[in-house]
Amino acid sequence: MWVAPALIMYSVFVLYPLGQSVQFSFYKWDGIGPATPAGLDNWRAIFTEPELFGSVINAFILIIFYTALPVSLGLVTASLIRELRVGTFNTAARVVLFIPQVLPPVAAGIAWTWMFSTEGLVNQALRAVGLESLTRAWLGDFTFALPAVGVIGFWLSLGFCTVLLLSGIGKIDPSLYEAARLDGAGRIAEFFAVTLPGLRQEIAVCATITTIAALASFDVVQIATQGGPGYQTMVPGVEIYRLTFLEQRIGQASALAVFLAALVLLVIWPIQRIGRHE
Amino acid sequence: MSAGSSTVHQGISRAVILVALMLFAVLPLLSMLTAALAPQNSTPPGLAWPEDPQWNNFVDAWTAANLSALFRSSVLIVLGVVPAAVAMATAAGYGLAQLNIPGGKLVNALLLVGLTLPFEALITPLYYNIRSMGLLGTRWAVILPLIGLLMPFGVFWMRSSFLTAETALTEAAKIDGANPWQIFRQIQLPLAVPAVSALTILFFLATWNQYLLPLVLIDDPTMRTVAGGLGAFQGEHGTNIALLCAGSLLIIAPSLIVFLFFQRHFVRALLQGAVK
Repeated sequence: MWVAPALIMYSVFVLYPLGQSVQFSFYKWDGIGPATPAGLDNWRAIFTEPELFGSVINAFILIIFYTALPVSLGLVTASLIRELRVGTFNTAARVVLFIPQVLPPVAAGIAWTWMFSTEGLVNQALRAVGLESLTRAWLGDFTFALPAVGVIGFWLSLGFCTVLLLSGIGKIDPSLYEAARLDGAGRIAEFFAVTLPGLRQEIAVCATITTIAALASFDVVQIATQGGPGYQTMVPGVEIYRLTFLEQRIGQASALAVFLAALVLLVIWPIQRIGRHE
Repeated sequence: MSAGSSTVHQGISRAVILVALMLFAVLPLLSMLTAALAPQNSTPPGLAWPEDPQWNNFVDAWTAANLSALFRSSVLIVLGVVPAAVAMATAAGYGLAQLNIPGGKLVNALLLVGLTLPFEALITPLYYNIRSMGLLGTRWAVILPLIGLLMPFGVFWMRSSFLTAETALTEAAKIDGANPWQIFRQIQLPLAVPAVSALTILFFLATWNQYLLPLVLIDDPTMRTVAGGLGAFQGEHGTNIALLCAGSLLIIAPSLIVFLFFQRHFVRALLQGAVK
């Protein structure tokens, strides 16, 4: 009775389609005609079709920008600032840092498409410091498009990670820092002995949320590049969308979808274990 | 003396770091604002206040993006999703935490499967199922699946809130012969108000910012959420930078205003949501 409504909605719109995805992944189907059994063909293609495998690799590269850099920089910032005291300025800082996390990712995609465009702020800044030769249409550049998409993810994650880590560092017992100082620990030793272990849970949370955002990215990439130029910024989320609605390869899209879901679990699992371990 | 000056020194370097981070967070928005005020179909510089700000661009963008329809549509979708999803998650969370429901463990395990599931993993079958239900192109096509997709997080959120709820009052009420519904209404629900309001905020954000579901399931951009409509607007006016930026800012404005208004709750909700 209590659980039924939630369970029904969840079963009809999540569990059942998930089962269908698994089933579809073993068929070749264009969405209109009859489906024909395809065995493991769709699954094999994930590893043999460069366009599909490349999208998975790109998703992993995005983890560097969405997760590794924001968490590291957030840690450095948190240990330099140590705590956000109560006060107007600190409240303002907290609010402003959170803005990227609250806006629709679509809006972030549009804002940064403009920033990275030929006449955008990034090129304007480069020209201003005399690096005219480096200017380019960043999101259309074969080498720099993926890092540029990464910068958007970095912008989305950074404030959230910083605020979360700051609120965590404020909860660490100050006597631990005093003890470390009495033992003659420098700032670096203090960071590894006190700050890092004390923030284990917050780090795991940041890493989990941003890693899922990186692996399952769709909104930002679809708006900024649609996977291009070529397949340079293709990610599994956009590829699933393309395979289903543009190429009518339902079976292939489903195999990639199930693979992506499993991949997220596989990557999140160790992060969660690090967070729980005391 | 030296201790005092080092504190001041620290205070300044703290402020410098924070200001730098804050600048980075708002820079893209400022760049959009200055571009939005430039003459239409011109190529404005990345960040420079225009000599003759064209505030009229916002009016043009409002009409061009059909924002009246878009906002109305977003509100309808939010009203369809958020109250129902919060109610279902609260009831299920209470049931799983406080009542010994047969198969409760199994339900937990099933919900765990959905907790990290990317929406893209379901979009293909969802499209065909919604189509065979005859709902494709209606707002129900987004409302119903979104309620289902929000359930794992919502139920776990409410369950953990009810797990830590106090038990003394509940026990006393049970001895007095209160049934589960009375205990829920009169004791547990009032205690869970902070958790429920935080969940409401998080669900609102998830719905308002939703892009993939409306993009795939609703053809007509004016029936989508604001975020879904924004994508279509970019497709049509991608080359008219001033109009695109003005429209984007108008579409961002409500989320920003709601956020600034409830900022204390927002930040707390997001931080709590994260740590759980």
